[in-house]
Amino acid sequence: MSDESSLRFEFIKGIWHENPVLRQLLGMCPTLAVTTTALNGFTMGVATSFVLFSSSIVVSLLRKVIPQQIRIPVYTIIIATFVTIADLFLAAEFPELSKALGPYVPLIVVNCIILGRQEIFSSKNPVYKSVVDALGMGSGFILTLVILGSVREILGTGSFFNIILFDNFQKWVIMALPAGAFISLGFFVALVNFVSKKQATGYK
Amino acid sequence: MEILLIFIAAVLTQNFVLHYFLGICPFLGVSGKSNSAFGMGIATTFVMTLAAMATWLINHFILVPFELKFLQYVSFIIVIAGLVQLVEMFVHKVFSDLYRVLGIYLPLITTNCAILGLTLFMVMRDYTFLQAVIFGLGAGAGFTLALIIMAGIREELEFSNIPDCFRGAGITLITAGILALAFMGFSGII
Repeated sequence: MSDESSLRFEFIKGIWHENPVLRQLLGMCPTLAVTTTALNGFTMGVATSFVLFSSSIVVSLLRKVIPQQIRIPVYTIIIATFVTIADLFLAAEFPELSKALGPYVPLIVVNCIILGRQEIFSSKNPVYKSVVDALGMGSGFILTLVILGSVREILGTGSFFNIILFDNFQKWVIMALPAGAFISLGFFVALVNFVSKKQATGYK
Repeated sequence: MEILLIFIAAVLTQNFVLHYFLGICPFLGVSGKSNSAFGMGIATTFVMTLAAMATWLINHFILVPFELKFLQYVSFIIVIAGLVQLVEMFVHKVFSDLYRVLGIYLPLITTNCAILGLTLFMVMRDYTFLQAVIFGLGAGAGFTLALIIMAGIREELEFSNIPDCFRGAGITLITAGILALAFMGFSGII
């Protein structure tokens, strides 16, 4: 495999084959909690990707320096630092969004996607590969959150990115509530399973 | 009275798993068998209560007086990681059977968002020390309750005829959704 195509593979795998939410079932808490609207989902996705991207660079740079025994606490501290930056930035620039996301921005610290990528990928690979991996995983995460957020926003409030789509829309309130989050994500995961099974049998 | 309300809210109406979506990973991971679900619930409750105490003290006596609030996330996560290590050693020594059952999930309590979430809610809502402890206990009890109910349902699901693509995570999430609907019924209590 040439270098370029392997980089493309690292990127694509985050979106489809190893999509963090739909395939690896990581980072479920923010996925369920903030996808009440597409915009919230998008903001959360971008904030998480920023943290993932920055901490991947740092961890990858320091991969030969960090002692094996204490790597997890070190990663956690690196991640927590970037989360603090993202949180303060959101609070300063977009106070309304920051309020809507509430404690879920600081909770990026314990998002298993980020720690997982550091442990599995960045700690073993050079910087340029880790960056591509982080970008792929981040895009997969953003995409999932936006799709889920759109479905829930359209069904739950009849609008899309805060633009009202229908007049006199009978709101499907459940979709905006916690129960709707679980149920729609359940169907989403099942759909992805279904499609990938179809693909797998198609190749034979 | 207020303390009782905090407890009931944390267990039922604002259940950490089914209302705030905190601690979904262990919720999906460990809820396969009811006895390991119970052990996991107890361990998490223990860490939650201790973490609520420790972070309250740190927040009130170190971070606030010295205006170091920006260090909140970093210091909280370190305290939680330390506590989990302690609990792990304790369980390993005293309940080695349980230790084998829980396996990988015990160290993972560190990255259980329910615990960091708990400490963040505690700071946001300006709880007193006693309130924080009760909140931690209640949140743990609510987590255990949700985990055990889910484990019971999943044991039944093992033998039911589910469409192929829904097997595993799909049906578990949908079941959790129905469970969340049921828990919404409690909202009239408070």
